[in-house]
Amino acid sequence: MTYAVECRNISKSFGKNIALSDINLNLEKDKIYGLLGRNGAGKSTLLNIVTAQLFPSSGEVRIFGEAPYENDRALGHICIVKESGMFLKDVKVGDALDIASSFYANWDNNLAERLLREFELDRKKYYKNLSLGMKSQLGIIVGLASRAPITIFDEPYIGLDAAGRQLFYDALIDDYMENPRTIILSTHLIDEVSNLLEEVIILHKGTVKLEGNSEDIKNKAFYISGIKDRVENHITGKKVLSKEEFGKTLAVAIFDNISEKEKRVMEADDLTISNVPLQQLFIYLTGGRMIKRGDINE
Amino acid sequence: MKIPLDENKLIYMQIAEAIEDAVISGELNEGDQVYSTNQFARLYGINPATAAKGINLLVEEGILYKKRGIGMFVAEGARNMIIGKRKTKFIEDYIYKLIREAEKLNISKEELIDIIKAYEGGNK
Repeated sequence: MTYAVECRNISKSFGKNIALSDINLNLEKDKIYGLLGRNGAGKSTLLNIVTAQLFPSSGEVRIFGEAPYENDRALGHICIVKESGMFLKDVKVGDALDIASSFYANWDNNLAERLLREFELDRKKYYKNLSLGMKSQLGIIVGLASRAPITIFDEPYIGLDAAGRQLFYDALIDDYMENPRTIILSTHLIDEVSNLLEEVIILHKGTVKLEGNSEDIKNKAFYISGIKDRVENHITGKKVLSKEEFGKTLAVAIFDNISEKEKRVMEADDLTISNVPLQQLFIYLTGGRMIKRGDINE
Repeated sequence: MKIPLDENKLIYMQIAEAIEDAVISGELNEGDQVYSTNQFARLYGINPATAAKGINLLVEEGILYKKRGIGMFVAEGARNMIIGKRKTKFIEDYIYKLIREAEKLNISKEELIDIIKAYEGGNK
């Protein structure tokens, strides 16, 4: 099977600073990936390596099976939208779109025009005169209209308000359904995007902390609470992410398989069980408030 | 406008339950076509693969069936299947919980039965 993006043993250091260490990832064609990580986790470094804007210190990248460096065909498959703008200052919005349209083989001008209207972006405005939010909108329009087989959004919404972000998410899902492609959303707004993701990659301190199908991951992350002794009893041998006690009550977050039968037994013991939202799981895994922590490396 | 989902539950389970609810309430009859994966994805603002997972769960259980090239349909006998499945879950999720809660409050089984008998729906 040829993967859309393959990272083989990628490491990257800047001087003594290790940004990425031994990253191995296989991204499948036509799926939406969430690349999640705290600030400084290495997300942008990894994306810059994938898009051949940066060389890894060691390891290899493959784009649809080919090395991307000085390879126009491989790079022609990719569109990356970054939070820091991408256009020349003295270019109008309309011209920027014209320039972008010449880069991408699958460019859809109708989609670009429609999004321009939805975002109410003035095509005659100069890029330098756009607000931060408008610059983000332009980036988003280019990313979606490019229809590139691998489209990467690296924190694309600086300055964009909640309504503007929702417009982006809706447009993304709509167009993805008509034109499936590999999409990588790098973000820390996890609660907003979690429902859009099919696959999740959590990067932490330059390594892959967790990787997998987002629903499968959620199906292993549970809150369990109840009377302390009973909770302790039922979680013996399970991977515990966090424990919190108040009085005789104990609330734990665990990351492990719990069968339906186990759930029934727990409920009969008056324990409350629910799934942990992705955002909360992310916080547990990347060192938020943590009382006791199991070793998670999936 | 998106229909909100419960973030503490699996999304695909919620999709499957929404379809089941529609069959139980009669909104969807046996033989009716079900919303497509894409319609669900748009309606809830979710990944289409997740919506497909919910639909496929019901296909595996025989509640829905696929007509190639056309879409998903409610199978004959689906309503009874769902009701049968829900009854088991109802006893576990509601009745047992009710009894345990009543025990905590020192409500005897007889009292509980009286309350159930006296209930006539609405505000009683």
